[in-house]
Amino acid sequence: MTAADIQTTPQRWWHSRGFRRFAQHRLAMVGMAMLFLLTLACIVGPYLLPYDELYIDLRARFSPPMTDDHYLGTDPLGRDIAARLLMAGRISLLVGFFAMVLSTAIGTVIGVVAGYYGGKVNSVLMRFVDAFLAFPSIFLLLALAAFINPSPVMITIIIAVTGWMEVARIVEAEVKSLRERDFVLAGRMLGLRNTHIMFRELLPNMVGPIIVAATLTVARAILLEAYISFLGYGIQPPLPSWGNMLNGAQQYLATAPWLAIIPGITITIAVTSFNFIGDGLRDALDVRTDPA
Amino acid sequence: MTTQVESTKLTADTVLSVRNLTVDLPKGMERAFAVRDISFDLPRGEILCVIGESGSGKSVTANAMMGLLPPLIRVSSGEILFQGQDLLKLDEPALRKLRGRVVSMIFQDPLSALNPLMTVGEQVVEVMAAHDEGTPKSRQARALELLTEVGLPDPALMLHQYPFRLSGGQRQRVMIAMALALEPDILIADEPTTALDVTTQAQILDLIQQIQRKKGMTVLFITHDFGVVAEIADRVIVMEKGLIVEQGVADTVFGAPQHPYTERLIAAVPKLRQDDRAARSKDNDPQDAPVLTVEKLNLIYRSGGGWFKKLREVKAVQDASFTLHRGRTLGVVGESGSGKTSLGRLLIKLLESESGQIIYQGKDIAPMKESDFRPLRPKIQMIFQDPFASLNPRSTIGHIITVGPIAQGMKKADARTKALRILEKVGLDAGAYARYPHEFSGGQRQRVGIARALMFDPDVLVADEAVSALDVSIQAQILQLLDEIQRETQVAMFFITHDLRVASQICDELLVMQNGRIVEHGPPSQIFHAPKDAYTKELVAAIPGSDHALQKV
Repeated sequence: MTAADIQTTPQRWWHSRGFRRFAQHRLAMVGMAMLFLLTLACIVGPYLLPYDELYIDLRARFSPPMTDDHYLGTDPLGRDIAARLLMAGRISLLVGFFAMVLSTAIGTVIGVVAGYYGGKVNSVLMRFVDAFLAFPSIFLLLALAAFINPSPVMITIIIAVTGWMEVARIVEAEVKSLRERDFVLAGRMLGLRNTHIMFRELLPNMVGPIIVAATLTVARAILLEAYISFLGYGIQPPLPSWGNMLNGAQQYLATAPWLAIIPGITITIAVTSFNFIGDGLRDALDVRTDPA
Repeated sequence: MTTQVESTKLTADTVLSVRNLTVDLPKGMERAFAVRDISFDLPRGEILCVIGESGSGKSVTANAMMGLLPPLIRVSSGEILFQGQDLLKLDEPALRKLRGRVVSMIFQDPLSALNPLMTVGEQVVEVMAAHDEGTPKSRQARALELLTEVGLPDPALMLHQYPFRLSGGQRQRVMIAMALALEPDILIADEPTTALDVTTQAQILDLIQQIQRKKGMTVLFITHDFGVVAEIADRVIVMEKGLIVEQGVADTVFGAPQHPYTERLIAAVPKLRQDDRAARSKDNDPQDAPVLTVEKLNLIYRSGGGWFKKLREVKAVQDASFTLHRGRTLGVVGESGSGKTSLGRLLIKLLESESGQIIYQGKDIAPMKESDFRPLRPKIQMIFQDPFASLNPRSTIGHIITVGPIAQGMKKADARTKALRILEKVGLDAGAYARYPHEFSGGQRQRVGIARALMFDPDVLVADEAVSALDVSIQAQILQLLDEIQRETQVAMFFITHDLRVASQICDELLVMQNGRIVEHGPPSQIFHAPKDAYTKELVAAIPGSDHALQKV
């Protein structure tokens, strides 16, 4: 056999035991389906609806759902709720997703470095994590939002900065146990640099727990964005977000309850979907049930 | 098969007999059954050894007798007869009454088999309390008696100790005490000495044999080590892939093995060589080619020493001096904790030495910083003990063996070509390149570990217990491979092992270590046949099967 004949990518990930277990996890599959529909609706929905999210129709204020072309009704300014909801979904989901990417990256780097070097580096970094954890994150978020212009980008960064500690702790614990394995020593024996060992040898072994933590972080980020927007410090109108749609709805709760119920249900669907997926991944990727 | 069973009936009367036992494995395993159609008798008052490689079904057999099979594995047919009743037909409460009282078991890993949160005394008493044996007071007295009987030092104090304070051998003695608490008729010992040092192993084997003789107990002893069998067995059952291939009286099986598999197993047992390994490269004049010289090397472990803790120092290596020669193997033997692994890691600078010199290519590498030493790293390589932990489970074999050379600046295509060549040399086919470690057996993984070390054409190869985790027959193959590689590449080997038989196979010279000190240094023939140091004498005497016919084959 010559070098050219050899197959280089043997085991497809969708044949793996973990993926099969995930596909058999019913709740996770429900979560995936709901999330897929929600995302699809947010991407294509606004092009199909008759109104855009900023069009004001003063004659149609407070229309309940299913009046004329307003499938989900209108808000106090006569704007179409369906259009606003889907545009808000784009912003809320994007903020949630990028906040997750950023906080997972921060958490992973800090966790890997702390766990790998141990000793003083570990003490300093982990006390830093403790300090962040000890601070009430909503309060921190509000305080920061009060000083900074709350654009979606800034909101994303603020949420990420207050949400990376959990990932850091998970990764640190994982690295601590992995670095005692002989393959890490073997890496040093081969003359690999520490950064190479940390991020190219150790990191792939922690993909499971990191992905699980990341999914749960998305859910948390979406909720946090909704909190601060609801309190008026987040995404500013006229740009819609699920949180500030709720903010506008609270005074009409008795007369026009759909204003609150519709974005409320959407947030619930998004957050539970992510949590279901996270649970499914946790069960599927738990290596302890893997024989190998 | 049946004729053999018939013939074994002639001697002693039978305590327990297994008839046509078949145990199924769940679907998707490498074979459909764990054991198939096995029959044997347990003669009263004898030690019956079941020997076979891992996966041969010996532990499953023992667990079936105790009714301790995991739920996924089911007995599909056969019977286990004890006093006329079939143990397999009994329900859980009835079985529980028999366990401990009639059949008792000791396990391979005494630490995980003992409850870490209970004292030794409580655990021994618990066995008796669970069976409503005696009064609390009499149980306590009996526990003390048992601990004395198994030879634990200061048994009265030992009653109140927690398992973590005990050494491996002491824990195994506690397990034996627990197993003996209800004076069972049958003791099943599942690899009870595998996790122990040679000297401790010898003591435990001796203890089991003594107790067996004194009480006229029947022992079913499971092991993969023919040396152990030679030491204690009255009768032997040889198992291969779930089938009994041979059974009979120990001396007969050793003297005239009937089945080719038995012959292979016996041949694979490393034997103490009478002569020294032939100097392999006279033309190169090995004496004149020192590769690496170590002088007065010291290593001290410090623990504690925080703000409130007292600093503790352990001298792991003390004043080690020796020389490695081109194409020759220097062996290091000693018990665990003697500092041999630490010494190996000092050589490849995975540990920093306290003082002393390691002279390689005319330079002292001991005080070098990591960044200065990195270019030299490729020339000093290591083979690790555990073939499972030493390969990154998320990397392909190709990545594992090429990552080092690529990081040192070799071109990817070149590294690949070389990797394929070396894989072939270590006896793996090129298809292994793209596969993951979990697709391979222990022996194959160890070959990958060897391939990884060979990628750099090293001058020095440190093998840390490189064959200890493997079955005997695989062990022999790997030793042969290392021997071939050395003949071909003239690499100097530093071979760390606790198994003196293995050491005698592959080493040109031996160091004996005890408590961090090198106590004796010499060629294997002298170390094994005319040891000078008292500790060396003790080690040599503890080699299982050393005074048996097995060594004379």
